[in-house]
Amino acid sequence: MASGKEIRTQISSIKSTQKITRAMEMVAASKMRKAQQQMERSRPYADKIRAVVGHLAHAHPEYKHPFMIERPVKRIGLIIITSDRGLCGGLNTNVFKNALKNMKAWEQAGHEIEVCLIGSKGMGFFKRIGANIIAATDQIGDKPDLQELIGAISVMLDAYKKGEIDQLNVVYNQFVNTMTQEVQVEQLLPLEPVDDDELKHYWDYLYEPDSKEVLDGLLVRYMESRVYQGVVENIACEQSARMVAMKSASDNAGDIIDELQLVYNKARQAAITQELSEIVAGAAAV
Amino acid sequence: MAMTIQVEIVSAEKTIFSGKAEMVFAPASMGEVGISPRHSPLLTSLKPGEVRTHIDNKEDQSFFVSGGILEVQPHKVSVLADTAVRANDLVEAAALEAKERAEKLLSDKKADVDYAKAQAELIEAMAQLRSIERIRKGR
Repeated sequence: MASGKEIRTQISSIKSTQKITRAMEMVAASKMRKAQQQMERSRPYADKIRAVVGHLAHAHPEYKHPFMIERPVKRIGLIIITSDRGLCGGLNTNVFKNALKNMKAWEQAGHEIEVCLIGSKGMGFFKRIGANIIAATDQIGDKPDLQELIGAISVMLDAYKKGEIDQLNVVYNQFVNTMTQEVQVEQLLPLEPVDDDELKHYWDYLYEPDSKEVLDGLLVRYMESRVYQGVVENIACEQSARMVAMKSASDNAGDIIDELQLVYNKARQAAITQELSEIVAGAAAV
Repeated sequence: MAMTIQVEIVSAEKTIFSGKAEMVFAPASMGEVGISPRHSPLLTSLKPGEVRTHIDNKEDQSFFVSGGILEVQPHKVSVLADTAVRANDLVEAAALEAKERAEKLLSDKKADVDYAKAQAELIEAMAQLRSIERIRKGR
């Protein structure tokens, strides 16, 4: 059995670990609230631009944008959104698992895959498995700027425009609630028609300067907004997953401390008993 | 009171303005446009400049946008404002940077693509974690 001093140091080291995990839990909780607000704030833009794109797809403008035309699929682009930092439970692992499953299925169907990574955790993993990475960005921080994502997104959109990829998907964690995050795989390109009851009757916009230019700008922004939305949701997921993970870590640390305390008390008691019996035996011998 | 039109100015990161106005001015790419209620549906891109909402007897409110899209419906004006600077060469530079990152990442790449193996490893690791958890709980 370990001596009293050893157990005491062990307890104090676990206590300091517990302090750290508890602090991280609280930090994650407050960051999660902020991330959720950010999610709410970015929603109007996403909704609006979706509605406009829906109108457009319905109005059949004279110009069919390449983003709307379905082509036979040979190569598939995949944008994978992960967190920059770890210690957030199974969050990133779930994304990896899902992405791998899809990639395997596509590969078996004879498609080639090109990957765009957002977040440093994904960079490590997909580099190791040797995926075909064509764009990457990381260090997005807690408050993502669209500016930081534009580069990576435009690489993928350009590839689509040039015909290097025929389909573009995005994988990210969707925020359901604090305890639940769901991995989502969504198809970005070609655009799937948006069904909406409001759009039944036929009308079209006036375009200025012309439909091609306006549509081009609009659809690029739509794609960016979809990816941005994914990034923001992923950050909210990251913080809530970290909060839950850190909470269970603190709880576990508490359990271990309780157990060790018991062991320590037993050892101490045993030492006292032994000393007493030695004294008594000594006195009897005299 | 004169007729009003609902105005919403939103950016990818937040809602900038939402309210009523009698007239809206926006820096469209072909020149500034003024939108009154019941304007016919219009879709146009915006230049960097000032979006102004006007209500009689009140001071105009103005918002700076660095570009974006203006959508007009008879009773609603939506400005989808850009937060990112979108000059062509800037986007290109950002794209190049993203590509460079990817290339740097790939330059010290190891063995061939082997999803099956990676997946097997992943599942094994997860199983290990799960059993560790079970042992810890059972203790």
